[in-house]
Amino acid sequence: MIVSRAERAANYAVLVLFAAFALAPIVVALGTALTPSTTSPGGLEVFRQAWTEGEFSRYMLTSATVAAVVVTVAVLASILAGYAFGTMRVRGSGWLFPLFLLGLMVPAEAIVVPLFYDLRTLGLTNTLWAVALPQIAQSIAFGTYWMRAYFRAAPRPVMEAAVLDGAGSWRTLWSILVPIGRPAVVTLVLLVFMWTWNEFLIPLVMSPNGTFRTAPLALALFKGQHVQATGLLAAAAVLVALPVVVVYLFLQRHFIRGMVEGAVRE
Amino acid sequence: MRRGQRRWLPYAYLGPALLLFGGFLLYPLARSVQYSLYSWDGLGASTFVGLDNYVALVQEEQLRDAFGHALVLIGFFAVLPLAIGLLLAAVLNRGRVRGLGLFRTVVFLPQVIAMVVVAVAWRQIYAPEGTLNTVLRAVGLEQLTRSWLGDYTWTLPAVGMVGTWVQTGLVTVLLLAGMARLPREQYEAARLDGAGAVREFFSLTLPSIRAEIAVALTLTIVAALKTFDLVYVTTGGGPGTSTTVPAYEVFQRAFREGAVGSATAIAVTLTVLIFAINLVVNRYVDRVEP
Repeated sequence: MIVSRAERAANYAVLVLFAAFALAPIVVALGTALTPSTTSPGGLEVFRQAWTEGEFSRYMLTSATVAAVVVTVAVLASILAGYAFGTMRVRGSGWLFPLFLLGLMVPAEAIVVPLFYDLRTLGLTNTLWAVALPQIAQSIAFGTYWMRAYFRAAPRPVMEAAVLDGAGSWRTLWSILVPIGRPAVVTLVLLVFMWTWNEFLIPLVMSPNGTFRTAPLALALFKGQHVQATGLLAAAAVLVALPVVVVYLFLQRHFIRGMVEGAVRE
Repeated sequence: MRRGQRRWLPYAYLGPALLLFGGFLLYPLARSVQYSLYSWDGLGASTFVGLDNYVALVQEEQLRDAFGHALVLIGFFAVLPLAIGLLLAAVLNRGRVRGLGLFRTVVFLPQVIAMVVVAVAWRQIYAPEGTLNTVLRAVGLEQLTRSWLGDYTWTLPAVGMVGTWVQTGLVTVLLLAGMARLPREQYEAARLDGAGAVREFFSLTLPSIRAEIAVALTLTIVAALKTFDLVYVTTGGGPGTSTTVPAYEVFQRAFREGAVGSATAIAVTLTVLIFAINLVVNRYVDRVEP
């Protein structure tokens, strides 16, 4: 396509300007962390100090545990449900599947209040389950929708051949469809991991005494304790963001595809 | 699938998902509706009050304000990113620029960072001795410096700008994906007809990405309505109640002020609003694309 040289230069200017806008707050945070001050050592030492003072080894472990449980349970349940919706004749799927789509829209605010009071009655607040189960339910809404789309598009001849070979539905799923559909599953795993790692309201409410305080909550607490130590606080913020950002940088195609395709409904 | 399929088989596969989804999402949602009809402090006995908690949404000034603030945030989370995103995507789509992949990765980055981290970073930018004021002083705009998060007029827009920062990349990437679908030949044809960049955009590009625009608006409007972490970390609803939003009121009332009924009424209203927006937008898309 013919575009004038001036227009091309302008395009690059827009590109760079906007990329700078997106990066600026991140650069500022990194700069604040690395610059030594009276309240913060700067350099790489600041990360070590933030890690120790904020007890992040403990909270990161909590976050990792919660994320592992949510990802495992939600992805497994979503694969199974998506398989049923996508390849089998399910009586009642006409209203059952829209129910999942509905769940996709329900904000955490709408479920967290009764969840807290009901689970407190059962003595389950401040447990892994109180923090994980609501997030599993939320992720299943998206996961079922996401996996159903994959299974519907899965090659029929392959499935028919498996049946002719005498494979049952269980074996067809695990030894043929899931291996072929690895990209779809990986995308789902990454998205659920990100949502769980970044979630704030549910762990805030479901673990009032802080037994299951996840890393983002620990950061909010750290913020309250280190109002003046901006370098230290910026370092703590970087630490909390790092796991997801690192995974994103390596597998960004999955994140972008998942969030863009997942949003554009059929 | 197999012809002799057993009737119960699909339900065995659906079982775990239905159980978890029903038990921890649908059931609590129904309970929220139930709670919202009662007056309850979270500890003692509750009394049935009918729709009083919903009536209060209209009557109580602080709640009206909270929804009003959410409306302002929609401007910053949805309208502004859409305007910027359209311009940006149109420019990038028109010219063949290199490095588009890297650009996508960079502008999408704010979407994957935990909102708490984003809030902490922006708090430091907005602080009295923070980056923004330092930059303003450096360029001689001393009179514009202020305490960005302690000002009755400027705090809400300041919080909103954070939303603009977070959402613009997502919107741009969505729109670019939509524009990439349009065949190049159509642009060539339009250019041969002598269409300029502006006419090309309004008569060719815009109509073809209506679906993407609808999706972008849904996502960002819903994100604006759900805003909680950002307000919780940056302002705590302050100064005064000048930046309180519905989701923050839900949290405060349910867990700090012992007004559980009122909290759930706000939450249910918020959910209904989100459903309505989705419905309207999907209707619109269905009508446009048969």
